[in-house]
Amino acid sequence: MPVPNRYVIVGASHAGLEALRAIRMQDAEGSLAMITRDDALPYSPTVLPYVVSGRSAPERVALKDEAWFAEQKAQLLRGRTVTAVEATANQLRLDDGSLIGYERLLLATGAAPQLPPIPGLRGVKFHVLRRLDDAIGLHAALPSVKQAVVLGAGLIGMHAAENLAKAGVQVTLVELQPRVLAGYFDADAAAIIESAFSDRGVRLLLGRRAAGVAADGAGIRLQLDDGSELTAGLLLVATGVAPAMECIADSGIATDRGILVDERMQTSVGNVWAAGDVAQARDFYGTDAGARIINGILPDAVEQGRIAGQAMAGDPALRPYPGGVPLNTYTFFGQQAVSVGRQDIGETVLREADRARYLKIVMQQDQLTGIFGINAPFDPGIMWELILRRIDLGPLRAAFLADPQTVARRIMSRSWR
Amino acid sequence: MPAYNTIAFRPELCNGCGDCMRSCASVKTGSADPANSRIQIAADDGSYALALCRQCADPKCVASCPAAALDKHGDDGVIAWDGSKCVNCLLCTVGCAYGGIVYNAAERHVVKCDTCDGDPACVKVCDTGALRYITTARIYNEVGDLEDLFAPGLSGCQGCNTELVMRHTLRRIGPDTVLATPPGCIPGMGAVGYNGLTGTKVPVFHPLLTNTASMLTGIKRQYRRLGREVNAVALAGDGGAADVGFQSLSGAAERGEQILFICVDNEGYMNTGMQRSSCTPFGAWTSTTPVGERGRGKTQDAKNLPVLMMMHNCEYVATASTGFMEDLYAKLDRAIDASKRGFAYLHIYSPCTTGWRFPSQDNMEVARKAVESNFVLLWEFAPGEGLRLSRDPGRPVAITEYLRVLGKFRHLADEDVRHIQGTVNRNLRFIEGLAGGQHPAMASLAADRADQAGTQR
Ligand SMILES: Cc1cc2nc3c(=O)[nH]c(=O)nc-3n(C[C@H](O)[C@H](O)[C@H](O)COP(=O)(O)OP(=O)(O)OC[C@H]3O[C@@H](n4cnc5c(N)ncnc54)[C@H](O)[C@@H]3O)c2cc1C
Repeated sequence: MPVPNRYVIVGASHAGLEALRAIRMQDAEGSLAMITRDDALPYSPTVLPYVVSGRSAPERVALKDEAWFAEQKAQLLRGRTVTAVEATANQLRLDDGSLIGYERLLLATGAAPQLPPIPGLRGVKFHVLRRLDDAIGLHAALPSVKQAVVLGAGLIGMHAAENLAKAGVQVTLVELQPRVLAGYFDADAAAIIESAFSDRGVRLLLGRRAAGVAADGAGIRLQLDDGSELTAGLLLVATGVAPAMECIADSGIATDRGILVDERMQTSVGNVWAAGDVAQARDFYGTDAGARIINGILPDAVEQGRIAGQAMAGDPALRPYPGGVPLNTYTFFGQQAVSVGRQDIGETVLREADRARYLKIVMQQDQLTGIFGINAPFDPGIMWELILRRIDLGPLRAAFLADPQTVARRIMSRSWR
Repeated sequence: MPAYNTIAFRPELCNGCGDCMRSCASVKTGSADPANSRIQIAADDGSYALALCRQCADPKCVASCPAAALDKHGDDGVIAWDGSKCVNCLLCTVGCAYGGIVYNAAERHVVKCDTCDGDPACVKVCDTGALRYITTARIYNEVGDLEDLFAPGLSGCQGCNTELVMRHTLRRIGPDTVLATPPGCIPGMGAVGYNGLTGTKVPVFHPLLTNTASMLTGIKRQYRRLGREVNAVALAGDGGAADVGFQSLSGAAERGEQILFICVDNEGYMNTGMQRSSCTPFGAWTSTTPVGERGRGKTQDAKNLPVLMMMHNCEYVATASTGFMEDLYAKLDRAIDASKRGFAYLHIYSPCTTGWRFPSQDNMEVARKAVESNFVLLWEFAPGEGLRLSRDPGRPVAITEYLRVLGKFRHLADEDVRHIQGTVNRNLRFIEGLAGGQHPAMASLAADRADQAGTQR
């Protein structure tokens, strides 16, 4: 058994990289190894739809290069999958049978596509979009594809559908929910997004369930719950993701839907932390302090990664995780949709919607709980802070509702000092 | 990690004119529409709020970018945006709590400040001084790696400015130095040492208050005789320089000894119980100018020691303050250089938390206000150049802004404040007169220069 590394990070994406940076701010020397199952340099899953469309070249999406890892005195092990975490022995088992010892371990393994229970799915060729190879495969398939079916109108499905459409493919989007992006927007906002897609020839089948799928020549034939049928050269399944945690199955690390962590991203095992899409952490809006959610978004992976890194390196400046706030920026066909916070807590105090612009503000007792806009300018980073700091907007309420961007900037400008 | 230049905003000086935004928009987009400005100023209840990229040291926008389109440059610290990699996802705007990276509808992508390659257009048009481009980072990058030649653990008072002055100056002057620290706070805090060990990493000695400059003269001359180039440096207090030490100081200056004499002026004998010195200003409380039934603090104005030193025809004389470090370092460099040719005298104002009675965390603020109110004037003199003011004394902050922070002035009556204001005005007129060549000494200097030019030809 070789000398264990002071730190081992599994996963080389947003959560893992941010943890590495946070560790190095505190401990410039401690031995550190980062493991990723990808052969590629670290990249973000979020950029993949643009790799599919060809806008981003696969060799230009690397978040960090080998020189950076050398500078950080960190070892990057690429193309190696962790198959088991042996927590009692403080070691990891890799797919090539080798062992890596650790003193402190971070699991930042993210999420993996979750396949829906559609009869016949396993028997046909279909695509998912999570890893760089998935995107390169999809991009390569495009020229020969005329029609595509995308299952799922979450962020991944929507991004993929748009980029397929832009590449000239006739896309049909099938979604169980009655509207797109149900997690982030209400029906009015979704309607603006939906019409942008319809205008570009994307067919939206909402409130529809796939009942079965079969091979059809080189493509597929899909039955829907209303009895109708679709054929396509390409099927993309984007019905959701689940935390990638097979490797901890027998480790004794406590899990629910994801790996359970406390406010310092520590798991039930003292020298193991988890962050990002794989972690199930405090809910900012939770009335029950023990409530844990998976907030599978990039900014939160960064946030959690930093906290985990600080905790692992014993950084006294660590501020405990305030809890996950759902938020997203979503650009579609040149329009901007931004969603910060929750729609279903508090009351809607402002709502403006027409075909091109939408703004909704939700507050609870003079505190912001959510703000949602399409083509409405405001700074999501500042709104996130207003929510996290539970800033009392009472004295400025009318002004804030009239001009949220400027007034929020004013409030933040005062609060920095 | 190097330090970087930065754009600073002082809302109290802003008048909301909007020139910065128009200037930025013009430079960046060719149209002066403030909506396109990378810097945004908004009125806020009588003050102003700022939205601008802070070029964070640990930027969240960069960490939140999935496309590697944002990168903090190591050389200038600017967070640069690469349009060829950006995918317009706007996640960077989620990472920023300063409104510093924002989607621009006209340009159809996010925009942010790039500090105009170190020459920001917004700062150039700001007439009120609300926006400034701070370049002091240069100092840290230049001297940050130099060795601190004082031992750690000197026992200065909490927040002591003098300790800063000592450490900064000596690390710049360097190890080839013999240092004199006459009685005062500097040896008092342990710089000269205990039990056979010095508090410095260079030879240091403890002359009498009266003979500092004479002893340094002898040491410097002896080294010269041995053919060794050393810096002969004094770090003295205002008591040791202006009062009992003055005759040896004056003599050495008049003879043009190759000495760098630094007077750290905290306006009194602070380490022995806060007695007055000839540098203590009018009205100040000290233990020998008490405030009570009859006493109202010092009844005389301070002696203007740096002006006296200038009249010795020194190689170089300057006043400096830790509130203005770039200026201090520039003068220190000139003084070190001048001391190779003749006598160099540097007078550094050093607010004293204990003796002046103000909270220790306010030291820099006090140093700054002293200068901004013209209570302290920053200038330099070199033969052949005459006297030059180092900063524009126009638009000073009110003298009361400075006086009211200090416990030693708390008792002042309005008439005392008027007296001090009168002294400040007189000093300013005098120095401005010298700077303008109006003083007889300066006028004859100008004539000398003309003569010299004539004879050289
Ligand atoms: C198409 C798409 C679009 C998206 N769009 C957005 C968006 O617009 N906004 C947003 O906020 N979020 C978006 N997301 C989600 C966002 O990408 C994730 O929240 C974020 O990447 C999570 O980061 P992470 O570090 O937790 O995990 P991941 O990015 O999933 O990275 C996991 C890492 O772990 C490694 N790994 C996993 N298992 C193992 C193992 N057993 N052994 C070794 N290595 C392993 C992987 O190789 C990878 O390096 C999108 C995701 C996708 C797929």
